[in-house]
Amino acid sequence: MSMEAAAPAIPHIEAHEAHHAEAGFWSTYVFSTDHKVIGIQYGVTALCFLLFGFCLMMVMRWQIANPGQAVPVVGPLLAAIFGDVAAKGIVSPDLYNSFGAMHGTIMVFMAIVPLAFAAFGNYVVPLMIGAPDMAFPRVNMASYQAYVVGGLIMFTSFFIPGGPAQAGWTSYSPLATSIATDGQTFWIIGMVFLITSSLLGAVNFIATIIQLRAPGMTWMRLPFFVWAQFVTAFLLLLAFPPLEAAAIMQFMDKVLHTSFFLPTGLAIGGNLAHVSGGGSPLLWQHLFWFLAHPEVYVLILPAMGIVAEIIANNTRKPLYGYKSLVYSVLTIGFLSFIVWAHHMYLTGMGIRIATFFQTTTMIISIPSVIVLTCMFISLWGGSIRFNTPMLFVMAFLPMFGIGGLTGLPLGLSYSDIHLHDTYYVIAHFHYIVAPGTIFALFAGIYYWFPKITGRMMSEYWGRVHFWLSLIFMNLIFQPMFAQGMAGMLRRMADGGANYSQARVPGAIGGLSASVMHLHTFILWAAVGLGLAQIPFIINLFWSIKNGKPAGSDNPWEATTLEWQTPTPPPHGNFLKPIEVHRGPYEYSVPGHAKDFTPQNEPD
Amino acid sequence: MTTEAQAEFAQHVRRYLYVFYALLFGTLATVGASYIPFGNHAINIAVALVIACGKASLVGGFFMHLISERKLIYGLLAFTACFFLGLMFLTVSAFADLPRMTVTH
Amino acid sequence: MDIPYTIEARPDTGLYNAKVGIWIFLASEVMLFGALFSSYILLRVGAPEGYWPRGWLNVPLGTLNTLVLITSSITTVMAWASCKLNQFGRFKVYHACTLLLALVFLCIKSYEYHDKFMHYEIVLKDGRIADGHIVENDPKADHVVIAGRYVQDRLDLYDLEERKAPRHHEEISIPRSQIEKMERYGPWHNTYLALYFTLTGLHALHVIGGAIVIGFLWGPGSKLWETDPERFTNRVEISGLFWHFVDLVWIFLFPVLYLI
Repeated sequence: MSMEAAAPAIPHIEAHEAHHAEAGFWSTYVFSTDHKVIGIQYGVTALCFLLFGFCLMMVMRWQIANPGQAVPVVGPLLAAIFGDVAAKGIVSPDLYNSFGAMHGTIMVFMAIVPLAFAAFGNYVVPLMIGAPDMAFPRVNMASYQAYVVGGLIMFTSFFIPGGPAQAGWTSYSPLATSIATDGQTFWIIGMVFLITSSLLGAVNFIATIIQLRAPGMTWMRLPFFVWAQFVTAFLLLLAFPPLEAAAIMQFMDKVLHTSFFLPTGLAIGGNLAHVSGGGSPLLWQHLFWFLAHPEVYVLILPAMGIVAEIIANNTRKPLYGYKSLVYSVLTIGFLSFIVWAHHMYLTGMGIRIATFFQTTTMIISIPSVIVLTCMFISLWGGSIRFNTPMLFVMAFLPMFGIGGLTGLPLGLSYSDIHLHDTYYVIAHFHYIVAPGTIFALFAGIYYWFPKITGRMMSEYWGRVHFWLSLIFMNLIFQPMFAQGMAGMLRRMADGGANYSQARVPGAIGGLSASVMHLHTFILWAAVGLGLAQIPFIINLFWSIKNGKPAGSDNPWEATTLEWQTPTPPPHGNFLKPIEVHRGPYEYSVPGHAKDFTPQNEPD
Repeated sequence: MTTEAQAEFAQHVRRYLYVFYALLFGTLATVGASYIPFGNHAINIAVALVIACGKASLVGGFFMHLISERKLIYGLLAFTACFFLGLMFLTVSAFADLPRMTVTH
Repeated sequence: MDIPYTIEARPDTGLYNAKVGIWIFLASEVMLFGALFSSYILLRVGAPEGYWPRGWLNVPLGTLNTLVLITSSITTVMAWASCKLNQFGRFKVYHACTLLLALVFLCIKSYEYHDKFMHYEIVLKDGRIADGHIVENDPKADHVVIAGRYVQDRLDLYDLEERKAPRHHEEISIPRSQIEKMERYGPWHNTYLALYFTLTGLHALHVIGGAIVIGFLWGPGSKLWETDPERFTNRVEISGLFWHFVDLVWIFLFPVLYLI
């Protein structure tokens, strides 16, 4: 981020820049209110958490494949940090559970959402709508700071006596408040900060998109990425507060011994608990899933937005069905609020209410399919450029297809009875988030890298990263469908050994040897996936200074406004006021000399 | 502000005072109504909530200027109301709709 | 480029940025308190017959608090109106009243909380229950003295209106050796109190937050009036909207917790 005055500039801009030239290191890079700096801060922090969450998973997968054996390489480190629960480097069930809970929490709340929504959104959305910054820059800075505080609290919880939260990312009561560790309390407080960060961000995004669109940027000329972020912001805004309320109540249960979620007659460890009772564990589940279902759409919508932008750009033709895409994404947003209890089919709900949620769940799959179909059809007749972003995006389409379609038997209450809480669920949602969302995020990094740095990432290593990641992700998650259908349950620290036919010969539904052997297969695939990220990490840092120069402010020859700024965009983004004259995907317009026309090019 | 605009504004100010008196009255009415034995306690609850909604409408409509607000704000609040009602009713009906028969064999 | 529409309204929406922002934020607050109200409904409906407290809160004090907040609402809107009418002195007076009323509200609330924390339920070894406010609780003494009454049936403690609880309390001395369990009326005592403390506690935090913002605008922030009165008036409006919302929540909290 260069703070020296950019080349040719209007005097007003120069004076503005001169005023800001005084800014030192701290206000430029740490306490910045510039949306681009904040976007990068979110991005870097989120990627660090992504890597950390991946490492937690590796330890878990080792334990599943080799129960009771010391973890190689990091075993002594685990023993040193965690003491008893990792004695001799062996992952105990308690440690496994805490890693599982934190893997989920970190990946969802500290990696994917900050990366997809806050990082990409903050950097790109104001540029795409022609705005000088977000509507509330200081609130923006506060939201990043709240995220860091929440993340630090979560990270610190690993090192306290008793360890971090152990009751899953879902933190169901009464288990969550019965485990004798302060880690649960840290988890709750960390969540409150993370929720606050998201709420502040959501307010900013919605206000910015409504109020700061440049002249001529009407709603139906917005790039689809902006629409996706707009709906995502609404989901965060209205769905997070009930979880915040629930978190406060669970905090009161844990620290002040209230009984919001603790039923009368609760017994812990065989003894009657000293609580007033009268609470309801199901109440926690309702409030939690009221957020957590819209949350999964928060995970996928920004990714769909990124995919749409890259498809249009690399097929050199407009997106198919822009209006359908917009209405679909609005419908998804609305419906996502009334499907949540499909996560609770096995809690003893009556048929009528289960049918209601099943119906809305089936209905919400329709706009999702419309979005995916429009993207597929957009490829038809295109002049496809197979660069690295496009490879990731094209893989996204079938991968998200698999993930989405495998959600259907889970959404139907009858089949969910068999599949609930099995590895089928894990495979389903990981297909959507891993070769789904994360691929879209990788694509976004490769795509917008030249706008941020003025250099391209290495195409060769990008392809290596792509092919290896695609292959290994499928090798990891595809077998999990089979394991799930065979009855292997989630969150089992021994990988299901207690229920295997080896341990209990002749047991009905006992897990067969072939199903158990898949654990080792998956472990090696996970190692491969981890190794496949090394070229990406090196590529990312190396290309900042040594990548091929982009050659222009718009190396991908894109139509959207973020490419019509200098590289990197200066403070205030646009050198002169922007006016928009056309829609976002004017590619290959007949009769034009170039195969693309930027949105702000005069008629 | 011009003197015309100021005069018009003074009208608004008078309206705020009337709303204030209405709110005071509403508060005393709520308390009073809670002591009236309607027989069915549900009626007391309904009366209290109706008066509360009335007072809330006055505060929202006049003090928060909602009565003359823009469509955008109305739209935002309509969606919020939708989801709030959804949360409340669906959660309560999930608790109310329980399986009738247990397995007996 | 400076951020547009910070003071003047955007033509197609008719609003300035901060106004859009505060309403969006208030929408999220509706969901926050809405979830707590939903929890209240659920837990109350799920409670066994007769075991939901009634008459545990001081209605006259609650009514007074309600009137205090309503008055602070009118002073808030008048403070904004004074800014609009260019009467800075009046603005200062009105918002001083608002801050004073906020303080009164919090004091009354603290008194109510204190009253609950001084209220004990003592289960004796012979099965009787003593219930009342602490008079003497010297850890070195072998007696505990409360001003209250004995009950045989726990249900007598819940619906104080139905069961016609006596108004007058006599002093009871209870030997420590006879005490099975002694618990004060905190949020842990039952779900009604848990909800009461959580709902009113969260509300009180919002009162404090709102008062801090209004206090800042009344004090150091008021300098902005001299350089940019329109921007200052907008800030007063925005903080006022938050304050009205806090009043709105109390309008529902009061009957739900105190009356029905």
